Amino acid sequence: MPPKKKAPAKKSSVTHVTKQAKDSKPPVPPEKSRPESATEADRMATKQREISVSEFFLKNRHLLGFDNAKKALLTTIKEAVDNSLDACEEAKILPEILIEVKQLQEDRFVVVVEDNGPGVVREQIPKIFGKLLYGSKFHSMKQSRGQQGIGISAAGMYGQLTTGVSTKITSRISAKKPAHYFEIQIDTARNVPTILKDEIVDWKKPHGTRVAIELEAKYQKGRHSVEDYVRQTILANPHVTLTYLSPLNEKEEYKPASKQLPKAPREIKPHPHGVELGILMKMLKSSTSRKVKAFLSRDFARVSSRVAGAICKAAEISENSWPKAIAHAEADKLYRAINATKLMKPPTDCLSPIGEDALLNGIKKNVEATFYTAVTRPPSVYRGNPFQIEVALAYGGKLPVDELVDLIRFANRVPLLYQQSACALTKSVLQTAWRNYAVEQSKGALPSGPILVAIHMASVWVPFTSESKEAVASYPEIIHETRLGLQECGRRLEAFIRKGRREAEALRKKDYIKSYLPHIGIGLREILRFKDKDEKKILDLLTDILERSRE
Amino acid sequence: MDTKTEKIIHDEARNLHEEILKKHVPSLDFPIRSLDNVTYDKKKGYFEIGDKVKERTLSYNTVKTFAQTIRMMALSYEIVKKNDIATKREAYYVSKNWGEARFSEQPESDTVMDDIEAHFRLNREKLGFIPEEKGGDVAGKLVVIDKDPATGKQLQIDCTKFGSGAYSIPNACEELKFETSARFILAIETAGAFQRLVKHNYYNLANCILISLGGVPTRACRRFIRRLADDKKIPVYAFVDGDPYGITNIYRTLKVGSGNNAHLNRFFCVPQASFLGVTPQDIIDFKLKDATHPLQEVDIKRAKDALKNDPFIKYHKPWRDAIEQMLQMGVRVEQQAFAKHGLNYVFEKYLPAKLKNPAKFLP
Repeated sequence: MPPKKKAPAKKSSVTHVTKQAKDSKPPVPPEKSRPESATEADRMATKQREISVSEFFLKNRHLLGFDNAKKALLTTIKEAVDNSLDACEEAKILPEILIEVKQLQEDRFVVVVEDNGPGVVREQIPKIFGKLLYGSKFHSMKQSRGQQGIGISAAGMYGQLTTGVSTKITSRISAKKPAHYFEIQIDTARNVPTILKDEIVDWKKPHGTRVAIELEAKYQKGRHSVEDYVRQTILANPHVTLTYLSPLNEKEEYKPASKQLPKAPREIKPHPHGVELGILMKMLKSSTSRKVKAFLSRDFARVSSRVAGAICKAAEISENSWPKAIAHAEADKLYRAINATKLMKPPTDCLSPIGEDALLNGIKKNVEATFYTAVTRPPSVYRGNPFQIEVALAYGGKLPVDELVDLIRFANRVPLLYQQSACALTKSVLQTAWRNYAVEQSKGALPSGPILVAIHMASVWVPFTSESKEAVASYPEIIHETRLGLQECGRRLEAFIRKGRREAEALRKKDYIKSYLPHIGIGLREILRFKDKDEKKILDLLTDILERSRE
Repeated sequence: MDTKTEKIIHDEARNLHEEILKKHVPSLDFPIRSLDNVTYDKKKGYFEIGDKVKERTLSYNTVKTFAQTIRMMALSYEIVKKNDIATKREAYYVSKNWGEARFSEQPESDTVMDDIEAHFRLNREKLGFIPEEKGGDVAGKLVVIDKDPATGKQLQIDCTKFGSGAYSIPNACEELKFETSARFILAIETAGAFQRLVKHNYYNLANCILISLGGVPTRACRRFIRRLADDKKIPVYAFVDGDPYGITNIYRTLKVGSGNNAHLNRFFCVPQASFLGVTPQDIIDFKLKDATHPLQEVDIKRAKDALKNDPFIKYHKPWRDAIEQMLQMGVRVEQQAFAKHGLNYVFEKYLPAKLKNPAKFLP
C-alpha cells in the first residue's frame, strides 16, 4: 500500500527523536569528586543506556492504538489504508483499495491491504515499513491522513511481536519496472529494518503496493468493527473504490459516488503562532539561513521582511544574528517576541475539505433517512494552524428513535473510532443546545433521536490527544467552529421537523374533522328526511367548505 | 304536540341545508347568556337579553360542537314529534349512540341544550327536555288542580294536608290551576326556616302560602310562583339570609331571572316579588348584632360585583344603599339568627312586625 512516507525524509529528524529519547534519561552522573557518592553513581551509571524509540513504543503500544486485540486489528487496517489513500491522492490516482482480513486461528489474523497507488521505490521499502518515525509527512504543513511516520511500521512491529511473522510487502512503481517483494522485521533495539527477503516477483498490477501483516487480534462485528470503519471511510472518501473481504468470507464492494479526486491540499510553511518553543529552537538549529531576519521571513508563513525586523527588535536581537546561536541563547526571547507580534492569519486555501455535495452523497449511501444536510464551514485557524470543519446530519428513516445520536468523527477523512468522549468534536455536540432545534437532549448528554451526525475536521495538523489519533484536542477555536457547523445543521433540521409536525398536525385535523362532519349530515337528514344520496352530497360539500376555509 | 317547535327546528335545518348546498360556510348564532348582555327595565320587570350574539361558524375548532348541536336539534325534533320528553340526563345518554360526536360529560350536553334554547328563544321544556332538579316545596292555603298522569282525571291537591311534609312543585307547571284565599306568598330560602313555620302552622296564622326555595330557585319553582301570583294577584315576599348571596343570587334570580337564562327570563321570573328580609337594617332594628358573622372575602367580592355589574341592583337605589350598608357593617345575618331571641321569635315577632308595612320592603 503506501508510500506514505515517501522517499525524501530528512534523516536529521530521526536522529533528533532518538536524541530526545536519550535526553529523557536521568542526567549524566556528575564528575567524581567525593568517593562515597561516586560509587553509588557508578553503580547507577551501569544501568543507564539509550532507549530506542522502537523499544519505547513496544512498551507503550497503547499510545499507538494497540491496547487490545480487537483494536489492534482495526488500527493495523487503518494505518495501511491511510497510507494507501494519501499516496494515491498525492499521485493523483483515483484510489482502488482492497482490504482482506483472513482468520488463521482463533486469535490470529492476516491483514492484507492493497492499492493501485504510485508504489514505493525499492530502496525506501524497508525504511518505510521497518523503521519507526520515518516518513514524509511529519515535517510538512499539509493536510494528510498520516502525520507521524509511525503507523504502518508500528503495525508491522505489533505483528512481529505477537506472531513472530515478518511484514510482507509487494510494490511496483511502473509497468516498465519489476515488482519488488520484501519480508521485513524491525530491529527494535536499534529501530532499523532487518530485511529477510528481497526479491523480484510477478505481479499483475502496473503500479501499487500490497502489505500483509500477520497479528494477534480479535474480530467482532458491531461497534468499533472493521465493517464500521469501512462504512465510515467510504462516507468521508466518496471517491474511493473499495473491496472488503471479511474473515467470514463476506465480500463488500463500494463503487465511488464521485469520480472526482479531492482537491489536492497545498503545503504551507508553518505559521509563527503555531510553533512551540522547542520546535522554534529546532528550526533555528536546522535553518539554512544565515541571518535570523531571513530565517523568520523564509521559514515561516506570513512574516514579511519588515515584520521579521520588528520581531528582532522586540526580542532585542540583532537582525543579523546567526540562527544556530540564537537556538541556544535567546530563543525564549524570540519566542515571546513572535507571540507578541500581530501577524496575518495563515493561508487557508491549502485545505481540502470533503465538500457539502460529496458529504451529502456519502451520508446518503451510509444511512437510510428522511432528511439529510451538510455544512462545510469556511476555514479557520487554531494556534497558527489552518483548519476547516464540516458537519453532515441525517434524520429519521431507519435510524433508531430512542437512542442517543449516532456520532461519527473524521480527521482528515480518517474515521475516529475510539475515545469519543475525550474528543473536541464530541464536546462541541454536547455544548450545542439541541433543544432549540426540536431535538431532545438531557443535561450534559448527547442529544437523542433518530439522528446521525458526522463531523470532519480537515487541517494541516490535526491536534490529536495521543499518537493513536483517536481524539481531537479541545482548542476553543475548534470547538467554536464545530458548534457553528452543528448549529447550521440544527437549524435546517428544525425547519424540517417543524414542517413535518405541521403536516402531521394538518393530517390530524383532517381526521378530526372527518370524524364529526358526518354527524351534521345525519342530524339534518333526521330532521329533513332526505335520501342517503343527499346526505353523501352534504358530506362532500362540507368537506370542501372546510378545506377551503382552512387554507 | 308542539307543531310550532317542530316547525322552528325544521325551518332551521332547511336553512342550514340550503346554505351548504350553496357552498356557504354554515353558521348558527347564539345570544350571549351573561349579565353583560342583559338589560333591566322596571316596567317589564325582568332581565331582558341584549342583542350580543356569538356566531358559531363551522370550522376546525367548532366542528365537534356544531355536529353535536345539529344532532341535539334532531333529537329534540324527534321527541317533540313523538310528544315525548327526555330529561337532560337521558339526552346525555342518547348521545352515547352518536359515536365520535358523543358527549363525555353531562355538562357538555347541558351546554349544547342551553345553546339551542337560546338560539330558538324557546325554553327547553318546549324542546322536549326537562330538568332533573327538584322544583321547591309548598305548604299553606292553596289547592293545586292537576291531572292524574294515568287517567287524566282532575286532581285537587290541598297544600294544607301534607302534615309535617309538603307539596313538591312539578317540573312542568304550565297546565296547573290554583285555588286560594291566601293574602301573600312567602318565599323562604332555607328548608330549616320553612320547617319551623310549617310546624307551627304559620300559614294559618298569617293566611299565606309558604314556599321553600331551597337556595337559588329552579326555573320550575320560579314559574310556579309566577303563575300562582299572576293568576291569583297576590304579592310575593322573599325571606332569605341577609347576605350578598341571598340578595344578589337567590332574590335577584327569583325576581328578574338570571344572566345565563336571560333568553327565558320573561317566563321564569317573579317581578311582583319584594324583599321582606333579612335586611342589614333588621340587624339593628331587631338587635341581631351579636348573632352575625363577618363578611367573607367571597361575600365582599360578590357584593362589590353586584354594585358594579348587576343591572338590577344598579337600577334600584334602595338596593345600592342596602348593600353599601352591609359592606359598611361588615357582617351578614342568617334567617335563623332570630332564634337568639327564642325559637319562635321569628314568626311571633319578626314576621308580624315586618308585614305591618310591606310598602317598605326593598324592591
